[in-house]
Amino acid sequence: MAEYQNLFTSVQPVGPLHDGVPLPRGDDKRTGTPFLFHLLGRIGNAQIGPVYLGTLGVASLLIGTLAFNIIGFNMLASVDWNPIQLIRQLFWLALEPPPPAYGLSIPPLAQGGWWLLVGFMLTVSILLWWARTYRRAVQLGLGTHVAWAYAAAIWLFLVCGFFRPVMMGSWSEAVPFGIFPHLDWVSALSLRYGNLFYNPFHALSIVFLYGSVLLFAMHGGTILAVSRYGGEREIEQIVDRGTASERAALFWRWTMGFNATMESIHRWAWWFAVLCPLVGGVGILLTGTVVDNWYLWSVKHHVVPAYPLGNPVVLDPALLGAKP
Amino acid sequence: MSMLSFERKYRVRGGTLVGGDLFDFWVGPFYVGFFGITTLFFVLSGTLLILWGAAMGPTWNVWQINIAPPDLSYGLRFAPMMEGGLWQLITVCALGSFVSWALREVEIARKLGMGLHVPVAFGMAILAYFSLQVVRPVLMGAWGHAFPYGIYSHLDWVSNTAYQYLHFHYNPWHMIAVTLFFATVLALSMHGGLVLSATNPGKGQTVKSPEHEDTFFRDLIGYSVGTLGIHRLGLFLALAGVWFGIVCIVVSGPFWTGAWPEWWSWWLNMPIWRS
Repeated sequence: MAEYQNLFTSVQPVGPLHDGVPLPRGDDKRTGTPFLFHLLGRIGNAQIGPVYLGTLGVASLLIGTLAFNIIGFNMLASVDWNPIQLIRQLFWLALEPPPPAYGLSIPPLAQGGWWLLVGFMLTVSILLWWARTYRRAVQLGLGTHVAWAYAAAIWLFLVCGFFRPVMMGSWSEAVPFGIFPHLDWVSALSLRYGNLFYNPFHALSIVFLYGSVLLFAMHGGTILAVSRYGGEREIEQIVDRGTASERAALFWRWTMGFNATMESIHRWAWWFAVLCPLVGGVGILLTGTVVDNWYLWSVKHHVVPAYPLGNPVVLDPALLGAKP
Repeated sequence: MSMLSFERKYRVRGGTLVGGDLFDFWVGPFYVGFFGITTLFFVLSGTLLILWGAAMGPTWNVWQINIAPPDLSYGLRFAPMMEGGLWQLITVCALGSFVSWALREVEIARKLGMGLHVPVAFGMAILAYFSLQVVRPVLMGAWGHAFPYGIYSHLDWVSNTAYQYLHFHYNPWHMIAVTLFFATVLALSMHGGLVLSATNPGKGQTVKSPEHEDTFFRDLIGYSVGTLGIHRLGLFLALAGVWFGIVCIVVSGPFWTGAWPEWWSWWLNMPIWRS
């Protein structure tokens, strides 16, 4: 029975490799000769390359790589230029934003100046890559849906690293660059503002996160289950519905009384994936700027009961006017 | 009839696992089958038990309704109805309905001549629920370690459980699970966006082909996994994410009782750093 479940590609036909559909005039040439990698072909396409570099791509990669290296050298400096300790402590190291005293001013390089510079460079790099995503779609005559989905992720990045710090009046509010340090930032933010689990936008964001995982499991599973009818040829199925689409739709209709179509499932997918960072960004932007304690906010709105507090009650110093 | 225009020819008998032709019929759009009956039984019982628990509780505020597992002092024994017994019965009903639903999906897939990917994938979600509510509590010796049924009360459970290990983000399997979850959302947005961009290229343009889809991602990042591969990749990322989620919580308590940040000291203290 297992051979009918289509888990892996067992026979890989090899033909001439594609350079890709022709590019319009004015575009550069593609870079690299395409080649086959057998193991990849067990799962998806075996062909790797070519790639379109272009001005936007090269600029984005250059600036991004430079920013990445500045982070690395700052970490190396923090362990007194000892390469062994860089590897040993890599997950603990960070390039931290400036201390609160600097507010939104430009600090000395060693006091968070490097952080500010790297944040700016990464933003430029990401925005250039967004422009590349948009432009590559337009040049191939495709819609720009991928670019706009990417924009939702950029929104969350900018909320955490730019919009919220600016609204709070201090770069120190932003996320440090580093593996464990950025996790510490998440925890500290949650604790400081009364537990992010009580933030309804955080809850919605997680709904869309888990919902996206659920949707991809459902969609991926459904398409693989009808691949014996050519279900993976989705564009063809969208413009000219075949038995694969019909069976896929009826499977869900009979299971839960409702079904998407071959096209609409991709709209569900796009919106679930996009709304995850979109509402998550809203939740972060409101934290500390509009709402100071999500637990108290939730008590006020009768979402959670007022739990008995321990004795003695510890007052939040920030509520007494103390500045960090 | 609530049938789609093409539906009648697919409504054939057969494919059932249990009950032969006895329950082989539809109600409206829903297929019934033997497991439809058992699903109905467990869902109705579970829902009524939850409503009973809510009625006996202090509030009808939907955000605050809470049905808690038995106190730790009950260990793995049965508890009186209002002291966690309800929770125990609801858990049985939940597992019964989830498994019934999965087996009903198997019957529908067989009837439609489809692969069994969807019910197998759903099995991973059921395993996650089973691990949280049965495996981990049993390993720790008390039902009280399971999460309560309530919208905000289960969030409190997550928060409290996580802080018992000081900082749960340092749990390496939690890290892998979160990474896979985020990767799934990324892949889903790229797949959804790509198919929509090929079929909705803008006014006056013709619908594009999978050749264009492959070319777009090869131009962008040098590789396109392809129309079949993306569905394998998506399913794998989603299931692997849930799997590592299961691992990260089952190790917390039964196999690791300290603070997760301390777990990493093995790395800092490896003999290769000595010199």
